[in-house]
Amino acid sequence: MANIHQFDVVVVGAGGAGLMAGLYASRGAKTAVISKLYPTRSHTGAAQGGIGAALGNLEEDKPEWHTYDTVKGSDYLGDQDAIEFMCNEAIDAVLELEHMGLPFDRTPEGRISQRPFGGHTNNETGKPVRRAAHAADRTGHMILQTLYQQCLKNKVNFFDEYQALELLIVNGKAAGVVAVELATGELHTFHAKAVIFATGGHGRIFEVTSNAYAYTGDGAAMLLRKGLPLEDMEFFQFHPTGIYKLGILITEGVRGEGGVLINGKGERFMPKYAPTVKDLASRDVVSRAIYTEIREGRGANGSNYVYLDVRPESVIKYAALDGRTNPDGSPYTITGEEVLAKLPDIIDFCRVYLGVDPVTQLMPIQPTAHYTMGGIPTNKYGEVVIDDKNTVFPGLYAAGECACVSVHGGNRLGTNSLLDLVVFGKHSGIKAAEYANQVDFQELPGDAEAGARSQFDTLRNGSGKENAFDIATEMKKVMFDLVGIYRNEKDMRSAVEKVRGLQERFKQVRVTDTGRIFNTDLLNTWELGNMLEVAEVIAHCALNRKESRGGHSREDYPERDDQNWLKHTLAWKKDGNVSIGYKPVVITKYQPKKRVY
Amino acid sequence: MEVTLKIFRYNPEVDKKWHYETYSIEAEETDRILDLLEKVKGHVDGTLSFRRSCAHGVCGSDALRINGRNYLACKTLVRDVGHKITVEPLLGLKVIKDLIVDMEPFFNNYKKVLPYFINESPLPADGKERLQSPEDRARFDETTKCILCAACTTSCPSYWGNESYLGPAALVTAHRFIFDSRDEAASQRLEILSETNGVARCHTIFNCTMACPRDIKITKAIGELKMAMVTGKLD
Repeated sequence: MANIHQFDVVVVGAGGAGLMAGLYASRGAKTAVISKLYPTRSHTGAAQGGIGAALGNLEEDKPEWHTYDTVKGSDYLGDQDAIEFMCNEAIDAVLELEHMGLPFDRTPEGRISQRPFGGHTNNETGKPVRRAAHAADRTGHMILQTLYQQCLKNKVNFFDEYQALELLIVNGKAAGVVAVELATGELHTFHAKAVIFATGGHGRIFEVTSNAYAYTGDGAAMLLRKGLPLEDMEFFQFHPTGIYKLGILITEGVRGEGGVLINGKGERFMPKYAPTVKDLASRDVVSRAIYTEIREGRGANGSNYVYLDVRPESVIKYAALDGRTNPDGSPYTITGEEVLAKLPDIIDFCRVYLGVDPVTQLMPIQPTAHYTMGGIPTNKYGEVVIDDKNTVFPGLYAAGECACVSVHGGNRLGTNSLLDLVVFGKHSGIKAAEYANQVDFQELPGDAEAGARSQFDTLRNGSGKENAFDIATEMKKVMFDLVGIYRNEKDMRSAVEKVRGLQERFKQVRVTDTGRIFNTDLLNTWELGNMLEVAEVIAHCALNRKESRGGHSREDYPERDDQNWLKHTLAWKKDGNVSIGYKPVVITKYQPKKRVY
Repeated sequence: MEVTLKIFRYNPEVDKKWHYETYSIEAEETDRILDLLEKVKGHVDGTLSFRRSCAHGVCGSDALRINGRNYLACKTLVRDVGHKITVEPLLGLKVIKDLIVDMEPFFNNYKKVLPYFINESPLPADGKERLQSPEDRARFDETTKCILCAACTTSCPSYWGNESYLGPAALVTAHRFIFDSRDEAASQRLEILSETNGVARCHTIFNCTMACPRDIKITKAIGELKMAMVTGKLD
């Protein structure tokens, strides 16, 4: 019994990018949004600190500064045309969210409030600039809720708790997706003229991560299986401040509000590594600084963590030392009540998971796997491109964390992820609808579901000698230990081998739940298969890039090498092996120079 | 140490009736209840079914009844609930399988209160944001925290007795918009809430407030809605 649905545009994923794409595509074409989670469960909702835009509501700021900061933050691997495009669109994007009702915090004048964030600077003074538009420390939650609400208002078609399994390609064009309806276990074919992937990242391949369980690289893996390339997969962001052991995110906004990092000796250490912006350097810089402190024996209690300190007396002391002032020129101060008002969720997380009250105590933190800079290659309109000449794959689009435009290059600046998904979600939606209105449906093969069905059959028919949970645990450890913040040839060779070994063992897994209704066992096992595919590509690409750039730090090649490596990696999976190609970085105004914060 | 985990089980494809299974597993005081469920699923019984995603209390997937009270499984630690732990699905929504309930009625109620910003007036002439004072913004801050986990609605005896009652979560959403100075549809929403299955069904039991993992003072918010209805004012 075939369930066939026909839509002009199908969006896969209902986080910020998927909802924005769905909202815009549905204005011009018949659109469906399918998501493995209820839309409001999506991981956009976990984003905390803010969305970047040079509104200049509290001090002078310009899109050009935002552009330069993003280029510099990317360690010159971001494509400058796309970055400029995003930063120019940022102001209207944030205003549009406000017009949709998003409850941003306000300045005394009633404008959208903004806070400083890592790597965002006044380009003339080099000092941090207030660019992150925020709604307490739940900006992502507000974006997700607002966009979902606007989709309801505009009657967007949702298929909640439908997991996309396979992209359908006919005559070299996207022709739809096959998905499983979790509540019934039935397969559904979504026949479409255009498909937008907004499937999120894959941080769950790492042991310590801020990412949701759902972040398993489904979109990336689905395209790999179709022979399409992924871009810059070696670039993965480790956020400096995750809750020790758990990896739960502590927003950079804590440092934006004046918090500082403290080592086991009670010393503030960031001025050593970033003399100008100190604790508000780029995330890759701060994460490496923390690891260096730990390696050199200055972790807290001799262990592998340090402290984040936002106690008002510390904030006031260091703000005075830094000469930080309020917009009116008075010295910067903060009270315990203000900390609580500005960072309520952070306080709550620390109390619940650590039994620590950040207003009076230090927070134990360690870097946590956080964001996928690489992904499905696209141009700035969200069109998927498949080679070094940026040839467009007809009918296929990607946006948000699963995509690599590339605006983040080697290292994403905080607040640019939310900006990315709003800007490129919108443009992919517009572009997909335009395209769908110009073309006809491709004719589907007789049994469109065959590929999806056979993927599931394989998972049901393994020998059962291996346990998926154990394989996942090992993969996460291998990736975190061997392809983490600091990397070297020996470790990564070992990682590639180990991941391949795990892929072999994965073939022996058998799903124990034989039912149809909410078979989460089957779904989680399928997701593990995706993670293993993505992990292999990441390890391979990281081993291949013999330089240090952004989040990719090699002990054996500690310097950036623009001569040989100022280029994007493209990686394909062919005949069971990863093959590598390259494409040039788009450089418009900013020639690479040494990156100092 | 070892904890005893008693879990509600029901597989509609096999079981005629629900039952409980008990598992003894190794745990630490700081383990989340969600971690324990994952351990059971990973190593003891892969068929155990539950929803989860963010694992730190912001996505709202894993609201469950733990030792008789609604919590998020990812925001509740062993040390919070002791070593004998009973985990059951939310009450008042149909169980689909094990700990997974049918959320459709819950979201349908949410959709009834016009859960979206409505302002049809022209945008500011400069194209910038609509202005809102920090005080006006603070007026509805509390209810913007809602993650739609349903812990409140499914702890409400009035909802258990009458599933047509909009329930606390939908009312929280209504509050978020009604008290937003930029929104223009407060009177339409108050009209909806004044119907039989609106705020009148709230009997100030406070279960919702106790259950909310986001610490929203829900009963107070509903009280403000009632007051607005009586006085016609949004102070």
